[in-house]
Amino acid sequence: MKFNREKTVERLLLTVAFSAIASLLLIALFIFKEGVPFILKVGPRDFLLSSDWSPQAGKFGIYPMIIASLWITLGAMLIGAPLGVAGAIFLNEFVPRSVMRIVKPTIELLAGIPSVVFGFIGVVVLAPLIRTHLGGPGLSVLAGAIVLGIMVLPTVISISTDAIGAVPNTYREGALALGATRWQAVHMVVLKAARSGIVASIILAMGRAVGETMAVIMVAGNALKIPHSPLDSVRTLTANIAMEMGQATGMHRQALFATGVVLFIVIMILNSIATAAVRRRIGGKGNKK
Amino acid sequence: MFDQWKQFSVAALCVAVAAVAGCGRRQAAITVAGSTAFQPFAEKLAEELMAKRPDLAITVQGGGSAVGIQSALSGAAQIGMADLVELPPEAQSLTSVVVARDGVSMVVHPSNPLSNLTTDQIRGIFNGALRNWKELGGKDAPITVVSREAGSGTRTSFEQIITGINLTRDAVVQDSNGTIRETVANDPNAVGYLTHGVVNSKVKAVTVDGKDCTTEAIMAGEYKLVRPVFFLIKGVAEGTAKEFIDYVLSAEGQEIIKKNGLIPAK
Repeated sequence: MKFNREKTVERLLLTVAFSAIASLLLIALFIFKEGVPFILKVGPRDFLLSSDWSPQAGKFGIYPMIIASLWITLGAMLIGAPLGVAGAIFLNEFVPRSVMRIVKPTIELLAGIPSVVFGFIGVVVLAPLIRTHLGGPGLSVLAGAIVLGIMVLPTVISISTDAIGAVPNTYREGALALGATRWQAVHMVVLKAARSGIVASIILAMGRAVGETMAVIMVAGNALKIPHSPLDSVRTLTANIAMEMGQATGMHRQALFATGVVLFIVIMILNSIATAAVRRRIGGKGNKK
Repeated sequence: MFDQWKQFSVAALCVAVAAVAGCGRRQAAITVAGSTAFQPFAEKLAEELMAKRPDLAITVQGGGSAVGIQSALSGAAQIGMADLVELPPEAQSLTSVVVARDGVSMVVHPSNPLSNLTTDQIRGIFNGALRNWKELGGKDAPITVVSREAGSGTRTSFEQIITGINLTRDAVVQDSNGTIRETVANDPNAVGYLTHGVVNSKVKAVTVDGKDCTTEAIMAGEYKLVRPVFFLIKGVAEGTAKEFIDYVLSAEGQEIIKKNGLIPAK
């Protein structure tokens, strides 16, 4: 009887687990089925490297959007990564445990704020500031990068904190015993030991930044041009899909699926790198023991 | 954190499956889908008609003009709504009825001293040939061009009427009439176009070739940025679809359209 119940629960969990994987596979299959024939028909070169996007005229070049996605992601990382890692170091090394137990969940709450709210604040507060003080239309690469930089903070902080927290205390004690100051112990020993975890947090945050849609549509301006300065308005890959999906039919629709294929591949690569980085950390620790 | 997400997505999937399975077919219900500009009017009209005739069931959906044409063709909707100056070739097989007309207003920031734009100026601005308000007799500031996304009914109509527009790459693109209005309201240097019905005091509508975008000017045929709103039907309208179209075209239906800011069909 007990044995049977075990089996039933096991099967049930197996089904549930597989339904998650199956939905991922189905999504991938669907996107590729719609998108890949289009890429082959237009030619990967024309699709990826042409900067002419006018679906009505049959021109589908997503080069400006690829560049825009890269710029905004890079900008977001330049803002989010140093802030996030610094925050994680501070929380782990310089703040009493009791305080950290309150502060860390608070930061993780940031992850629960809907992206449309971030976007709204970006449009109402950030864009006018940029326009009056730096020029340009305000809705720009810079605005997108700042908003995304803040949005990825919870990801960077929470995974980096875990990585730094996992460094054995004996490392710190050893460094301090050799006469290192607190800061020297942190940047010479702790950060080196936690490096792969921190790298993983940044790469996961990059995945989030590349995939973010709503906030970017609202603050980046969605102009179809290759940006020459951080004050230029741009359209990312995700924004292109979300904005035009409602109006798209035929070739245009397929082109948006093909944009999705490109995005899917980029995010898959980023996630694989992150997974590999985390695995190396666990492997490395095992070897030392 | 990630495990929680996995659990959440599984739960969401289960709910979605249950919702789809549980959705029974409604009897004699028709769906009206398409143009987001006309959607609120269609909803209002459907509500009024259903209040009088409780036996009818009409569902109104948005999606855009392209979706309106597609769903009328595929039969997903009994009536497709589209607001285009010219219907695309694939819509030729559908029966079309003009149910209303909609003006497209040119708007600028309230602080902008300009009060009129000519067709040539509009073409120049949206082509990127005119880049500074100084060239139009305004202040010395760059023009922020605000446009709609490719495929939008409003954009297609706008470009078909003005003609010769090859939208500048610098143009900020927004995906609804509402966000166009907010963008223009927030940027002193912006110029955009949007459906006449959503213009409010946050933006300033300018005259086009000296003509105001008012119901009177449009009905007199003076204002040029006007597009028809089509109802598209596959074959001949019958049953609920016919009753709805007849109601929309009746004096009462046209009055509701006029009262809410659109221009009657005739």
